[in-house]
Amino acid sequence: MERHVKLSRFTRAGSAVAVGALALSLAACGSDPEPAGAEGTGSTDAADGSTLSGELNGGGASSQESAMEAWRAGFQSANPDVTVNYDPVGSGGGRTGFGDGTYAFAGSDAALEEEDLAAAEAQCGPGGIIEFPGYVSPIAVAFNLPGVDSLNLKPQVIADIFNGTITSWDDKAIAADNPDVDLPQTAITVVHRSDDSGTTENFQEYLSAVAPDEWPHEPEGVWPIKGQESAQGTSGVIGAAQSGEGAITYADASQVSGLGTVAVGVGDDFVPYSAEAAAEVVAQSPRVEGTSEGVYAIDLQRDIAGTYPIVLVSYSLACGTYADEATAELVKGFMTYLASEEGQQAAADAAGSAPLSADIRDAVMPSIEAIAAG
Amino acid sequence: MTTTTAAASADATELTRALLTAADPRRRRVDRTMRILIWGAFAVAMVPLVSLVWTVLSSGFGRISLDFLTLSMRNIFGGDPSGGIYHAIAGTLVITALATVISVPIGLLTAIYLVEYGRGALARAVTFFVDVMTGIPSIVAGLFAVALFTLILGPGVRIGLIGAVALSVLMIPVVVRSCEEMLKLVPNELREASYALGVPKWLTIVKVVLRTSVAGLTTGILLAVARVIGETAPLLVTVGVTDSINFDPFEGRMMTLPVFAYRQYSQGLATCPGGESATCVPDIAIQNGWGAALVLIVIVLVLNLAGRLVNRWFSPKLR
Amino acid sequence: MTTTASGPPVQAPARRRTRRRTTDRGFNRAFRWIAVGSGVLMLAVLAAVALFLLVQAWPALTASEDDLAASVPRYPADTSLLAYVGPLVFGTLLAAALALALATPVAMGIALFISHYAPPKLAQVLGYLVDLLAAVPSVIYGLWGIFVLGPAVLPVWEWLGQVLGWFPLFAGTVSPTSRVLATVSVVLAVMILPIITAVSREVFLQTPKLHEEAALALGATRWEVVRTAVLPFGRSGVISAAMLGLGRALGETMAVLMILSPGFLYSFKILTSAQHQTIAAYIAADFPEASGLAVNTLVATGLVLFVITLAVNMGARAIVARRKEFSGAN
Repeated sequence: MERHVKLSRFTRAGSAVAVGALALSLAACGSDPEPAGAEGTGSTDAADGSTLSGELNGGGASSQESAMEAWRAGFQSANPDVTVNYDPVGSGGGRTGFGDGTYAFAGSDAALEEEDLAAAEAQCGPGGIIEFPGYVSPIAVAFNLPGVDSLNLKPQVIADIFNGTITSWDDKAIAADNPDVDLPQTAITVVHRSDDSGTTENFQEYLSAVAPDEWPHEPEGVWPIKGQESAQGTSGVIGAAQSGEGAITYADASQVSGLGTVAVGVGDDFVPYSAEAAAEVVAQSPRVEGTSEGVYAIDLQRDIAGTYPIVLVSYSLACGTYADEATAELVKGFMTYLASEEGQQAAADAAGSAPLSADIRDAVMPSIEAIAAG
Repeated sequence: MTTTTAAASADATELTRALLTAADPRRRRVDRTMRILIWGAFAVAMVPLVSLVWTVLSSGFGRISLDFLTLSMRNIFGGDPSGGIYHAIAGTLVITALATVISVPIGLLTAIYLVEYGRGALARAVTFFVDVMTGIPSIVAGLFAVALFTLILGPGVRIGLIGAVALSVLMIPVVVRSCEEMLKLVPNELREASYALGVPKWLTIVKVVLRTSVAGLTTGILLAVARVIGETAPLLVTVGVTDSINFDPFEGRMMTLPVFAYRQYSQGLATCPGGESATCVPDIAIQNGWGAALVLIVIVLVLNLAGRLVNRWFSPKLR
Repeated sequence: MTTTASGPPVQAPARRRTRRRTTDRGFNRAFRWIAVGSGVLMLAVLAAVALFLLVQAWPALTASEDDLAASVPRYPADTSLLAYVGPLVFGTLLAAALALALATPVAMGIALFISHYAPPKLAQVLGYLVDLLAAVPSVIYGLWGIFVLGPAVLPVWEWLGQVLGWFPLFAGTVSPTSRVLATVSVVLAVMILPIITAVSREVFLQTPKLHEEAALALGATRWEVVRTAVLPFGRSGVISAAMLGLGRALGETMAVLMILSPGFLYSFKILTSAQHQTIAAYIAADFPEASGLAVNTLVATGLVLFVITLAVNMGARAIVARRKEFSGAN
């Protein structure tokens, strides 16, 4: 009996010590607080704007996420007492959250329509909605053919490849526009996004605009054709395309390094993707008419010579009036930074996006500066 | 005559000996084949283990540094190679600790009920459904937690507590199972002796049964913690993500190591306008992912090892 | 002590005779009720999981086909919820069944190795090594499956497609990316190895020593001992172990989500991409972007997965329980 008692006491002490030591060793991994900010990457003039403080919550399109990281970092560096949160919940979730007041600002891969617009107007009150294309990113059509860096493809050919009509890389339709390229007999593997995404929606909008016969599907976030290869997220499709010879996919242009890319046919020319050419298509496309003053929606034109027509246009949403002063000031500050030259350049560096044109900035800035409590 | 019989019997002896020692060749072949197959099965299982551990080690080790372990990702974006996983480690530890705090009392008391009090239909039902619960898919546990808190707090709320509840659903049955086994190991003589001294039953359980089995219980709990600390799917749908440090599971989003590893992997390559440099590494996200995976796997292995060692060193040698 | 030595049910009479103070009795009762309450709470939790899933799934279960098609991204027009979930259930079952077919023989081999072949001193350590496979977080299996296993098995899949292309499972174009159900099944098989091994090992170790020694005395080789004494004894145990592994494979999320190139078809072509999707991976893939009725639909598919795993696990446990009654002495 005595033996048991002794042992159990030893046992208890011993295991307590062991667990304690374990907990300590785990907790000792870090006592250091947050880093001192990302020097040299974000905003540099941290002097004046530091009167702001508090927390600002937004959410929406996950396509904006890497740009949003840059904006948040820049804004938080300039205003150390501010924390900006952005939930990458998807465009639909962002629009819903904006409409019911969960998010003070939102990102959406499509302009507001009908129901969402009504809900947002009701939420925003007299100041109305502010909506502008804060994030414009070229979507590259990328392929994996060893030795081939670039191909010229007409819109109809792109649509035929993605709808499965053209199945081999040495197809006549491809060869006709690429006389200098030695095309292999490799079979074409189409890789698309398996998740619900704004990139897919914008790419389909392009296809149905330029090749309505070849692409009769209604553009939406989910790929309409079954039985093709797919992968989760941008990194997923890039990874799948890199591992499969003969693969072709569409993805955010900043991610396609290592793959060949398509110069897209616009009129009689072929335009390779670049942030500048993508910025041009947005700058030269007309503004949608008949909207309120704060809303700057784009009616994308796909056939403007010298511009890159496949772009993801993602909108930033805010209200003209907010119930309390603090939120209004925060949103105003953040949106001003987001639309500013500096903010747009930060996003371009971080996410490869196309900066907002001066014309659009001049058009939306008055509305942003008018954001107030009320 | 005699010689021939002698020769014949010698032959027979030889034959018998040959039969006994060599079996027949077919049986020996089968035996040898099966031996090779069975050793082979073990070798086959070791291939993925070794390959996996080696991959994680070799891909993640280069990223491990003091900064990586003690900084968060706040204000870090693009290809910036500074920043680290402190916020994810903190989130993982807080959420797992909270799940443990929820699970251990319930699990331990249920085990006590099953071993000390349980008989009849209720005990049989509890035993059966605890076993069944160990098979609940982790994503379903996550959905359950989301559904529960959607009814309580409204939609779209993402806090650490929801993740802890989801993990608890996965953890409680594991705790019950292992604690039950440990309590059963406590010899009945100890209980009887305690009763004979007039000690009431509840005190006997607390002072005798639990004390005797504390090492085993610790092991069981550590292994249960190790089981849930790497869960990804339930946290993906419940806790949200953040890049700042948050120690409060009742307010605001939290990052955890498995979710961090997954999200870094899905982020893909970063753009570096000026090409690769000291401040911009294109594949930093995937490096971060492997780094986080390495830290996670080390935590899990340490928990496992600690569990085994606690049991081996501190459990009473009763027999 | 002398009084208690006579009868086996010691506790009841012993307690009756102890000196009772009222506080003790109060504590005693309270403690007992707390313990019973925890047991009941366990049942309540399981019921709550089912209930809350049902509540959240209800709007999708009762919504019209048109509403579902309008608000759920992937939902095709004129399809009932059942027809929509069907391919997902098929994909889930196929992946789990393949994983089981791969893992069970290997797991039995390992269990036999540890229980009857390995040097006894090493056996425990080797057992831990296999258990470690169960401790690896699933997200790491996902990373490993994409970066290491996928490229490594691609030549095998290509060979299978060429040589055994007439066999329905290996028909179709072999995907050059290796993100196919076959690769997923291999990863799942590795993940469920430990649980099948652990349960089988326990059962094999319980084989009555007398049976084994009797077989040895008759001149049986090691394998014959295993075949004639160990395997018949452990059969039902192995079956239930396999079913537990099946339950685990059915619910695995991250590895499938990260590796598989999904599709929504009834298809046996496991080397071709975009044919299958599992319920768990489908939920994890679409949940972050879902809102409104789409969330309810996802929860409804989760409910289906819950019911399937519940059925499988209950079957497995029922077999184990029946076996316990048979073997009695253990």
